Amino acid sequence: MGEHIIELKGVTKYYNENLVLDNVSFYVNKGEFITFLGPSGCGKTTTLRMIAGFDLPTSGQILLGGKDISHLPPNKRPVNTVFQRYALFPHLNVYENIAFGLKCKRVLNTYENEKGKTYTKKQRLSKAEIAQKVKKALEIVDLEGFEKRAVTTLSGGQQQRVAIARAIVNEPEILLLDEPLGALDLKMRKEMQIELKEMHRRLGITFIYVTHDQEEALTMSDTIVVMADGIVQQIGTPTTIYNEPANTFVADFIGESNIMNGTIVGKKQVKFCGKTFDCLDDFEINDMVDVVVRPEDIHMCAPEQGKLKGKVISVVFKGIHYEITVKVGKYELVIQSTESRETGEEIGMNISPDGIHLMKPKYTKNVYDGVITKRNTVEFADGEFECDVTQLYPGSRIDEEGYLVLISGEKLDLTGEEVAVEVGLEDISISDDENAGGTTGHIISIIYKGDHYRLIVRTDESEEDFVFRTDDLWNENDYVSVIIPKEKIKLSLKNTEEKK
Amino acid sequence: MTKFRLSRKSLCIPYAVFLLFFVIAPMLIIVFYAFTDKNNHISFMNFVNFFSDPTKLTTIVYSVVIALITTVVCLLIAFPVAYILARSKIKRKSVILLLFVTPMWINFVLRINAIRELMNWMGLLGETNYFNTVFGMVYDFLPFMILPLYTQISKIDNSLYEACADLGGNAFTSFFRVTLPLSMPGVLSGITMVFLPSMTNYVVSDMLGNSKVTIIGKFIETYFGTNWHMGSMIALILLIVVLLSSFLSGGFREENTRRTTA
Repeated sequence: MGEHIIELKGVTKYYNENLVLDNVSFYVNKGEFITFLGPSGCGKTTTLRMIAGFDLPTSGQILLGGKDISHLPPNKRPVNTVFQRYALFPHLNVYENIAFGLKCKRVLNTYENEKGKTYTKKQRLSKAEIAQKVKKALEIVDLEGFEKRAVTTLSGGQQQRVAIARAIVNEPEILLLDEPLGALDLKMRKEMQIELKEMHRRLGITFIYVTHDQEEALTMSDTIVVMADGIVQQIGTPTTIYNEPANTFVADFIGESNIMNGTIVGKKQVKFCGKTFDCLDDFEINDMVDVVVRPEDIHMCAPEQGKLKGKVISVVFKGIHYEITVKVGKYELVIQSTESRETGEEIGMNISPDGIHLMKPKYTKNVYDGVITKRNTVEFADGEFECDVTQLYPGSRIDEEGYLVLISGEKLDLTGEEVAVEVGLEDISISDDENAGGTTGHIISIIYKGDHYRLIVRTDESEEDFVFRTDDLWNENDYVSVIIPKEKIKLSLKNTEEKK
Repeated sequence: MTKFRLSRKSLCIPYAVFLLFFVIAPMLIIVFYAFTDKNNHISFMNFVNFFSDPTKLTTIVYSVVIALITTVVCLLIAFPVAYILARSKIKRKSVILLLFVTPMWINFVLRINAIRELMNWMGLLGETNYFNTVFGMVYDFLPFMILPLYTQISKIDNSLYEACADLGGNAFTSFFRVTLPLSMPGVLSGITMVFLPSMTNYVVSDMLGNSKVTIIGKFIETYFGTNWHMGSMIALILLIVVLLSSFLSGGFREENTRRTTA
């Protein structure tokens, strides 16, 4: 490979006021099968629609074979799309649907006149040419003999095939597929995955595929682009993405993972679950890290032989393996194994160094821009919190009128003072009583970390995030209020010159 | 006391009674009058008379022509309006739609009288009788064309337009190969809702055509003053024409809805 057929350079997209894609850059090699993977609302479909030309980027460039096509209308782009809900023309039969693109097409034909001069003419394809191409496309998707059928009489799977035929019959340079298998049942989906992969091999064109199904992405793609929150989280081959996830989001989204907090205790040594393990990643000593261990990388053994010891609390048969949940101290670990264990059984566990993936935690503390109010509270993240403003000036106190009295006896009015607010991950709690805390928001992410959950609550207005740990189980999208104890809000002045 | 239980079937009793007294009975009476003479003897003379009288035949032709022109003009005005309203992303399009439809809520006779005054003031009354009639009918029936078209065009999934553009179609292709064929059911129901009433609505032709334009509805009205038997016959013939045309467009419509809604 090598030739970049499509390249996105710093593409940003706003819908109205909402940022849906934030400075996305990547390239696609010619002939590659690339998948945009992410939860719904992560911007993957928007990216695809911008390549197709249905949406235009707010800023940034889309290059096709080196040429900027960011603002070219869809009918001028050499790409074709297989739509999520197929978008077949209901008033046309199978043949007419597939021939639609061919009938729009004009090709340059070269002729020679009597004087021997050659000239070119833009012409439609002849009926015979169209018929022949449609026939070939129908053969590729295995629908020979369906020409005259009304598309509305076809099953979901057959409509899917017609949609694919309608796109590939135009011989596009890139085929875009927007969650094409989403509406099919599991068995049909598996079959189509194989067929699509086979089609990709046979046609030799570039496939750009959008899905939220991580298994589908791992099975089919040459390259996966993992997206979340309008940001590219990681780009890599399925193996890299699975084995070396770039952050806890990717680890959590792709496959099952045990995610825990760990500390580096020595050269390539990490401590988690109360034990020290050898690992391959090199970090500074005393660094806090996120530890990711895949369930199949935990090996069970006799209790006395394992570095970790625990008690089996549940065993679920999953077809090809058992999913065994083990309680190790206060941690819960999930193991996948072809061997079964009894619930209540004591087992030992070992993890080899290459099964331990370490990554720098994205969040170590919460930082906000805040403003001190008249009442000596601090306003940030759409809310108002009680705080101790005397920490800004050592030795100061607040008098009866609410002025800050410095150690020198000088009185200060802090109203409107801009401050940086810092809150630790342990210092936030939430409540479903809307008025209990200083601000409110929705839970947008929950990651289980062995013995606790890491939650992110995002406020509705300014979309500030509160990252914290909790032992309680919440649901994503719960509407909660954020509580921070007065003494846990650390303030520092932004304008240091005023500091006496 | 036994408890009276209202079954679902009994809900249709009121309508059945209504149907019997106000639809079926009058129809039978019309048929009876149409095929009898003044002495209430069975007679086919009304039928023979109708088709041997050139004035009556030309009136039928006039009615059809006026209705046709009205329908075509309505369609030509309504389609762009409905298309733009349905496809544009402007806010408050319901308000704009409402503006087109509001005249329907004002009394019909009042509206026609207003137009008559307007035409009188412009000096058109009594001068351009056929134009006036068609103008009045278009004004009157336009909402009935816009509404079904608007509904139908709004129903067309945006992804179909995207698919069309994706396959290389330009604006022209998009209109003629997506919008137009898929809005046919709306076009047909619009036609039915404009063509049929405009063939029988004699109030408009009476008031705006200065009583110079006689359409079949007017004819029936006149006859019911003097000769109920002939009047009934004309009414019956009109009914058959109406049934025939609605059968034709209705047949089309069923075919089309089957293909679009599935």
